Amino acid sequence: MTSTIDSTDALTAVPDGFDVRDVEQFLYREARYADESDYDLWEELWTDDALYWVPAGNDSVDPMESMSVVYDNRNRISTRLKQLRTGRRYAQAPQSNLRRLISNVELLGGRPTAAGGDPDLEVGANFVVLESRARGNHVWGGRVTYRLRRVEGTLRMSYKKVVLVDRDKPLPTLGFLI
Amino acid sequence: MTSVKPPDLGVDGASRIAPLIKNDKVHGSLYTDPAIFAEELQKIWYRTWVFVGHESEVSQPGDYVRKRLGLQDVIMTRDRDGGIHLLLNRCAHRGNQVCDDAKGNSATFRCPLHGWTYRNTGELIGFPFFKGYGGRKLDLAMGRVARVESYEGFVFGSFAEEGPSLVEHLGAAAGEIDRLVRLSPQGRVELSAGWLQHETSANWKLLAENETDGYHPQFVHGSIFGVTGSTIGPLYSDASTAVTRNLGNGHSENDLRPEFRKFAEPMRWFGTTEQRVPNYVAAMRERYGADAEQILIEGAPHVMIFPNLFIAEIQVFNIQPVAYNRCVQYSTAVQLVGAPELNKRMVSQCVGSVGPAGMLLADDTEMYERNQLGFEAQQPEWLDLRRGLQRERIDDNGFTIGGATDETGMRGFWSHYASLMVAQ
Repeated sequence: MTSTIDSTDALTAVPDGFDVRDVEQFLYREARYADESDYDLWEELWTDDALYWVPAGNDSVDPMESMSVVYDNRNRISTRLKQLRTGRRYAQAPQSNLRRLISNVELLGGRPTAAGGDPDLEVGANFVVLESRARGNHVWGGRVTYRLRRVEGTLRMSYKKVVLVDRDKPLPTLGFLI
Repeated sequence: MTSVKPPDLGVDGASRIAPLIKNDKVHGSLYTDPAIFAEELQKIWYRTWVFVGHESEVSQPGDYVRKRLGLQDVIMTRDRDGGIHLLLNRCAHRGNQVCDDAKGNSATFRCPLHGWTYRNTGELIGFPFFKGYGGRKLDLAMGRVARVESYEGFVFGSFAEEGPSLVEHLGAAAGEIDRLVRLSPQGRVELSAGWLQHETSANWKLLAENETDGYHPQFVHGSIFGVTGSTIGPLYSDASTAVTRNLGNGHSENDLRPEFRKFAEPMRWFGTTEQRVPNYVAAMRERYGADAEQILIEGAPHVMIFPNLFIAEIQVFNIQPVAYNRCVQYSTAVQLVGAPELNKRMVSQCVGSVGPAGMLLADDTEMYERNQLGFEAQQPEWLDLRRGLQRERIDDNGFTIGGATDETGMRGFWSHYASLMVAQ
């Protein structure tokens, strides 16, 4: 599933300066912050031009013209986290108990940025999350594409796209950070 | 202490259901009894007019899209002459599903099991090795929803061969669809942005009741209103001049126009100003002349159309039942033909609000699910529905109206529900 935002034609060679072990450690850390609902540390991982996207349905679609489960720019990520921090975001209050596995990590290439300069590193991985809440347990799984960049020497995430395996079916409430 | 036993339930539907519904309360078993759910399928979902989809989803001849109507898998098709059909996704031979794609374009459907082929009108046009049947013709066809009618492109189906027309069923609610359509400079809306599918572990009636419940927003949605500085909260307060209206036939609305008229600011209903969307406002004034100001000030309707179409200003919901304790909410953004300035913003706002991760609807859905779990406790066994009963009044058009936070809409829902369920 690709659109103009993530056409693989635009990918360049894997940029220099990224160590696969460092990249994996970053992904595991991001996963742990999300699993533990550590909203502050999770938010710090994002760049200012962030995009957090969970598409819906099976088509190649333009998210500006079609419904997505999540399509958050940096501003909306902030709003979502502020709502979560109120403690009255009932879809996630009480919080879900969560643990996820990430695997099949691949460095896919370089992704030119809108601002120019060095391309972001595009990384693919598979994931499974077990969510437990009063409603019952649910297993979420799918493919994640990340874009990573060094900002003042520290790895940051500019993009996270989560393509759910069951995106073409009715989904239960997704209140946590996937 | 009240008894935990349900009231005396007779054997036939009429005497079973009627005692469970009072003007000021309804019995909890209406949400938890699988037998009542089975009866609702027959008396409501497979009889009255049910919203299925929108003509814009099958805009070209041959287009088809799969839908749900109650528990049934239905294919909405557009034939070569432009006619809309609702076909049941079942081969007339042995009942196999004939269509497996969610949508597409095809003049025919071919059953994969034995190759029986149907036109997109449901007509059987061929089957292999015809000598086994002694000829090329058989008196078989795909099942169809008996009556299919549209109102401003909103497609409804009724399995009853006879009964009220769609316009008769919609009654005063048709005027609310008219209000929505008038927000397009070309007088047309489309539902072309695709549907989110939100699985909900709750009885469908909790959703239908909640859609025009003006009492819950400040509590359930306080978290998002607070962090965004939303102006929605005060519309549903004790001080609000908005009204809840029973539109008849089970339909109801939160009429927010009194509040928007107070401010008299074009586009306030959309959370913006006319300066931010100049082309849209100009196109509206061009089309509607002197009427444009009122349309731009009053904005979009907030109406629940019995049993399953909810138009919440810029978003549309299709509710379909699955079991007594499960349903699916399908949601999408309204797209106004001729309003490109608004349409992307409508998708963006809608994605932020609705669906499994929506910052509004995920919290509603959490409430529906906890409400369903709450019913497992058996006392008190009734749900109270009396809010605002003592201050209801009749408006100039003869409709019962209550305050912005009153349960007038729910009482209208139950009154119509009772009339359908008690009928034989």
